[in-house]
Order: sequence, then structure tokens, then C-alpha cells
Amino acid sequence: MKRRDFLKSVSGLAAGAALPAMPSMISSAEADARSETLLIVSEGGPNNLDIHGVGTNVPGYEVSWNCYDRLISHEMKSGPGGVPYYDRDKFKGELAEDFKIDDMSVTFKLKKNAKFHDGAPVTAKDVKWSLDRAVSVGGFPTFQMSAGSLTKPEQFVVIDDHTVRVDFLKKDKLTIPDLAVIVPCIVNSELVKKNASEKDRWGLEFTKQQTAGSGAYKVTKWTAGTEVIVERNEDWVGGPLPKIKRVIWRMVPQAGNRRALLERGDADISYELPFRDFQEMKANGKLNVVSLPFSNGIQYIGMNVTKPPFDNPKVRQAIAFALPYQKIMEAVLFGLGNPMFGAPKDKPTEVAWPQPHKFNTDMDKAKALLSEAGYANGFETTISFDLNFAGVNEPLCVLVQESLAQLGIKTTINKAPGANWRTELNKKEMPLFTNVFSGWLDYPEYFFYWCYHGNNSVFNTMSYKSAEMDKLIDGARTAAATGDKAAYEADVKGFVDLAYSDLPRIPLYQPFVNVAMQKNISGYQYWFHRRLDYRAMAKG
Amino acid sequence: MLTMIGKRLMFAIPSLIGVVIVTFLLTRALPGDPAAYFAGPAATKEAVEQIRKKLGLDRPLIEQFFRYTNDLAHGDFGNSLTTGQPVAAEIRNRLPASAELTLLGLFVSIAIAIPLGVLAATRPGSWIDHLCRVTTTAGVSLPVFFTGLVLVYLFYFRLGWSPAPLGRLDVFYSAPPTVTGFYLIDTLLARDIEAFRSALSQLILPATTLAIFSLAPIARMTRASMLAVLASEFVRTARASGLSPGTVIVTYAFRNAMLPVITTLSMVFSFLLGANVLVEKVFAWPGIGSYAVEALISSDFAPVQGFVLTMAVMYVLLNLVIDILYGVIDPRVRLEG
Repeated sequence: MKRRDFLKSVSGLAAGAALPAMPSMISSAEADARSETLLIVSEGGPNNLDIHGVGTNVPGYEVSWNCYDRLISHEMKSGPGGVPYYDRDKFKGELAEDFKIDDMSVTFKLKKNAKFHDGAPVTAKDVKWSLDRAVSVGGFPTFQMSAGSLTKPEQFVVIDDHTVRVDFLKKDKLTIPDLAVIVPCIVNSELVKKNASEKDRWGLEFTKQQTAGSGAYKVTKWTAGTEVIVERNEDWVGGPLPKIKRVIWRMVPQAGNRRALLERGDADISYELPFRDFQEMKANGKLNVVSLPFSNGIQYIGMNVTKPPFDNPKVRQAIAFALPYQKIMEAVLFGLGNPMFGAPKDKPTEVAWPQPHKFNTDMDKAKALLSEAGYANGFETTISFDLNFAGVNEPLCVLVQESLAQLGIKTTINKAPGANWRTELNKKEMPLFTNVFSGWLDYPEYFFYWCYHGNNSVFNTMSYKSAEMDKLIDGARTAAATGDKAAYEADVKGFVDLAYSDLPRIPLYQPFVNVAMQKNISGYQYWFHRRLDYRAMAKG
Repeated sequence: MLTMIGKRLMFAIPSLIGVVIVTFLLTRALPGDPAAYFAGPAATKEAVEQIRKKLGLDRPLIEQFFRYTNDLAHGDFGNSLTTGQPVAAEIRNRLPASAELTLLGLFVSIAIAIPLGVLAATRPGSWIDHLCRVTTTAGVSLPVFFTGLVLVYLFYFRLGWSPAPLGRLDVFYSAPPTVTGFYLIDTLLARDIEAFRSALSQLILPATTLAIFSLAPIARMTRASMLAVLASEFVRTARASGLSPGTVIVTYAFRNAMLPVITTLSMVFSFLLGANVLVEKVFAWPGIGSYAVEALISSDFAPVQGFVLTMAVMYVLLNLVIDILYGVIDPRVRLEG
């Protein structure tokens, strides 16, 4: 009773002091500003405005995407639920007016009226400098360029002021798509060179703090960890002039508050909310909630195949029969994901990825397989996950732990903080773990090359090596480059089948990207990078 | 007085050197690998090594340490990898945000807790004593993030009285030119009344949250200390001499009871400043606590070192101020100092 009195007195105090702020919230100038301004709230913000920078984080990609142009971009098509979805196979010019693909090169004609934010014209020199920069700075950008066989500055040739040719090192189907990802953005070379130094040849320190591009938006204010403000570039030629004049992007760490801001109508868009919130918001219908599957992405349970007990395929199959798939879909994801399990027995393998495997939860079969493998009494192991995604990973691991306990397998849960997780992945010593992989380039062989190939990239988290698998993956890549459709299809089906019989990792589901927005916001587009594209959005 | 201050500052130097060494070693002992983290999810081993080289983490520990102390001597705290900004600038920007919030919270707390404690001590066992006990227990047993969320839910989400919990200002106001870094003062200096209102209304809920949490130690300490003083002989003498109860309590008892309360205040203040991470998270407050925690999670060495060092300096200064205050309140302390 006393406590309530106290709370009342405190609330009275708070209310009294909060009221004077009210009238200022509804002045008419502000109402105008609000209608042309998009307010986005998310958990984290960028640490660098340039994707070529050292350790630029994922929110930084969103800035780069909206503030820089690339030579080419993707066309849109209608995706699941009628939401515009990028078309993997169709390209359009962004800075390029026109482009011609020959046998061993591609030639781009630049738009003559394209200008950088400071008014300097975009020339072939800038394009060459920017692409040179992407393949030379090292780290993620250089790695991403190499995924499309773009590795050497000599590949980028200036023909004249407005024409650039990109030579192919070898035939690779991924070269053109790789020129449309975020990394090969075109940077204002003169401006950046002026601000570069002996030690920092590519001017990374300068572009870290400000955008030097020709894109539809430019950053006018950035307070790290707090907010990013971008304003429209009125002279943009990369596409139709965007409708939103200004975007204010605020970091709100508390998920509950992000939801409250949306439901009160103060924020326009938010992502990174717990699945339960998305599910409830979907159900009550006050907001638009878009849920789309990650392209080329899977959450899976991985097993280290180099060490007992998981070096035994029977044990891996037993685990595949013991995973609580349906429970995970319901209790962890609230249905927001595509199941990657339980395909009908007679379903033929498709030339597609991701596609479901044929296992279902069946404890009797799991027990039988485990005793066949000589582990009738189970064993002890550890299941690890990345704490950065604890919202999904933690309940998921608890469900797996419960389920495996029925087989006598005692699992300890190991929660690895973000910085640790990468280290652990690189060490490749975790026996059992869950993780997500999703590729920007949406091709099965791209996924398999990183996750299953014997060259043992960091994503081959299981340390899986199989000569047969390597042959199929390499075969599919070659067939794709030369256009041999029959061989390509045979190889893709081959490696999918092999992945599901050898079973070094067990796919669980294809995750969804969820975005909640006010009803008056339109123009959301799904992109391979899963961040927002402000250019197509409109309010009211 | 000045010699005393100088002496105290001299004594602080070894502890600061110790702090520098310990934080350096501790951050290096963290299990994470910053190079692997910042190389991004798609990095190859070579990419990780490239990043490691760029960050200077491939050098021997002792060389890293000397480079760090050398930078420190030049006032360079290094760069944060998570936010991409120089640590010194970040701390300079964020410390006022935390300090403004903490000071206001503490002020509200003192305004409630000290009268409550004094009244409880003068009437032990009465309803006001029980009120004091119940409110302090309730305040300290509610976790701050919970109180914060409840306040947001009630006053923002349900009632709509409070502005959106979006940091220090409404999104459509721009920050005042920095003079003190305290928005309440800077907006007034800039004669921007609307921005002042906005800043104040943004502060109320988080400051209340902090105040509720810090009521307990202050009120309890005031009560206990007052009880001890009220039972002492000089108070009995004062009463026997026929002084009015007001004079006895305020002039004689309260001043003498202040010392332990001041000690508690300094502890509460430094504790709040470092530990209001949760409040900062709930209210999207751009303060120093959330900054340090985020850096810690991503094995970002420079901000963690900078944060600990700043805190150490603050503790030293705070202790000095408290010692000086002791002298002001109790002349006997001055003689011993």
C-alpha cells in the first residue's frame, strides 16, 4: 500500500514535468518535416560509412548501399506475398547507361550527367580507382570481389572518359552478379585522394567518417552508436528521384522500446525484433509486417566430422532423427521460417538451394542408429552458439539438449560472445553447434563452395572433406561458366544428395528477415543484403 | 589546503599506473579475437591476418604496451573499432550524457531520501519510519531495467505523457552548441526553451528510474547516522538547554550526521555513473556505460581501457572532493588532513 503511494507520488512528479513538452510536439512545421522524413529504429548502427573500411559492420552496408552507386544493379520482381524481390538474373545500369558482355570481358558506358555529391562528374577514372581499391584494400571487400574472380587491378581498363572495360580472369558465372553487390561501389577518387596520406593510400580514414559517392542519399550527420541522418541527393541520376527527403536512423537497444515506438506511431520502421513481437504485431494488424526468407540462407546444426563421435555417419543420422524440428519452428520461430526438414520420401532432388532434407523427428530410429554405432548409452558433448543471436540460438539449443537427452546424450550448452564466436569457428574444434550461413550471391554452388568444399573455408565449420563432393562442386562451377546446363543440373543434384547422405550438417530452416513498418509506408524491397533500400520507399 | 590536494594527487599516480597496466593485461587476456571479429563473417584466414596486422595485434605484447602508453602520454586513447571513432572524443561526448543523467537522478534521490531518512530517525517506529523502510526496500529490490521498462510502458506507451525513449532529445530537435555538454545547461545558454523542455522531458523517466534505485542507501544511511547522533550526549545537552527541536535536529544533529551520508553519496554517485548501463540501454541514452559494455562484448580494447582509465581518474577526483567536503563539514578533519 505504501509502495503504491510512493509510486503515485513519483508518477505525479514525472507527469507534471512531462506535460510542458507536449505542445511543441505538434507544431505544423514539424508535421511537414515528419511527413517527408523516415524514422528508422534498430538495435545497432554503423561503425564505418565505407564498406571498404577495416571491419565495417553490417549496418554500415546499409549506408554504403544508399549513399554510393554501383555500375549495375538488379531489376525487381514480385517475390513471396507480392513484395518486390531483387531478380537474381536480371541486371540494369545504375551508373552505367549501357553495358555489353563479351566472351572474356564486359564493357560499361557511364551516364554522362552523373555527378558526385560535391558536384564533380563521375568518370571512368573514378570507376577504375574504386574497383582497384576494392580488390586491393584487403579484408572483406577484397574477399567478396574474389568470389566473382575479380582479384587484380589490371582487370579494370579505362577506355575513354566514360567507358570502362572489366576483363575476366576466367569464365565465371559469378563475375557479373559480383559487380552488383555492395562492395564494388564507385567512390569520388579525386576527393578521397586529396584526403589520403602516405600511410593510408586509399583514404579509408576519410571515407570512414563521410560518404564520398554519387548515390541517392548522403550522410549529413553521424553520431556513432546513436544516430545516422541521411538527406536526399537532388541530382541523383542512378534511378528515379526517391520520395523520402530525409532518413533519421536511431539506435534503440531495447527491443521492447522499439516495438512501443512503432505501436505508438513515433517510429516508421524497425527490424531486429524478437519473433514473438513480429508474430503478435502481425496478428493485431496495426502495422505492416513483412517476412521474407533469406535468399540462399540456412540455419543448421553442424557436427565436427573429424572427431568421435561425430566422425561416424550413423551418429550424425541418429542426431538428424532426434532433432525437435517442429518444436523449433513453433516455440523458437513462431512459424517465421521455412522448414528445411521432412520432405516426402519420394520427392526427387531439385536443382535448387535451399531445399528440405527427408529427416523427421523419430526417436526410435535415432535410438536404433545410435546403438548400431556403438553408443547405445549415449555420450557427452557440448553444443555451442553465438550469443549475438541468442534470441533464436538459446531456446533452440535448449530444445536440442532436451531432445538429445532422451537418447542418453548429455549436452552442455556453450554460449560464445560475438568476438569469441569467430575465433571458435576458425579453430574448428566445436563438436556440435548451430549457426546461420547465407550467401549474397544466390547460387547453390556458391553456398556449397563455402560450406562443403574441401578447401576448408571458415564456413566449412564441420571440417568436412570429401573428394567426391569437391568434384561435384567444381564441376557445377565450371558447367555454370560454360553454360553446360545438363552437366550443371546433374552436379547440383549430386552435391545436394551427397550433403544429405553424408550429413555433416543438418539444415533446420530457412530464416526470415522481418521488418515491421507503419501502414502508410510503402516501397519496401527485399535485397540480398537484407538491409533497407530507402530509394524506393514512400510515406503517406 | 593546496598542499593537501597536491599530496593527494601525487598519491593517485601509482594507482593510475597500476590501472593502466592491469586494464591493458586484462583486455589482452579476454578470450575473443578482435581481428577475427572485425574481419567480418565472411573472412578467410588470410583476411583475418591482414586485419590483425593493420590493428598492430601481430606485435609482441610488450611492444603493444609501449605503443599504447606512448599514445596515452600524447593524449591519444586509440580508436574504437565498434564505433569507428577516437576513444577520447567518444568519452568526451558521452561522459556529460551519463553525468547529466546521474546527477539529476542523484539530485531527485537526495531530495526524497534525506528528508525521509531524517524524519524516520526522529520518529522511529512511526508510520513515516515504515514508509521509509518500505520504499527503500522496494526501490532497491526492483532491478533498474525493470523499473525503467515499467515507467516507459506506463508513461510513454499507455498514457503518452512522456516523450519517446529515444535518447537525450526528440529526433526533430538538434543538439545545442556544446558548452558544458549538459543539455539542460547548454539549451538555456543557447536560449532555446523548446529544446530545453525536450531535453528535460527526455530526462525525467531515466532520472526517476535511477533515483528509485538509489533511494535506499542514502535514506538508510541518513536514518542510521541520525539515530546515532540523536542518541549522543551533545544532543541531549542541547535539548536539556531548551533549544527548539528544529535547531537541535537541523543545526546540531544533521550536520554531525552528514559525514557518513556524504561518503555514501560519493559511493552511490560513482556506482551509478558506471552501472547505469541498463538505464542507458532502456532509454537509448548515449552514455558511457553502454559504450563500454558494447566494446567489451566485441573485444574492442581501446574503449575498454579508456573507460576504465576515465573511471579511475573520476574516482580519484571524487575522493578528493569528498575529503575536502569532510573538512568543510567537520573542522576536526581539516586538522588531521
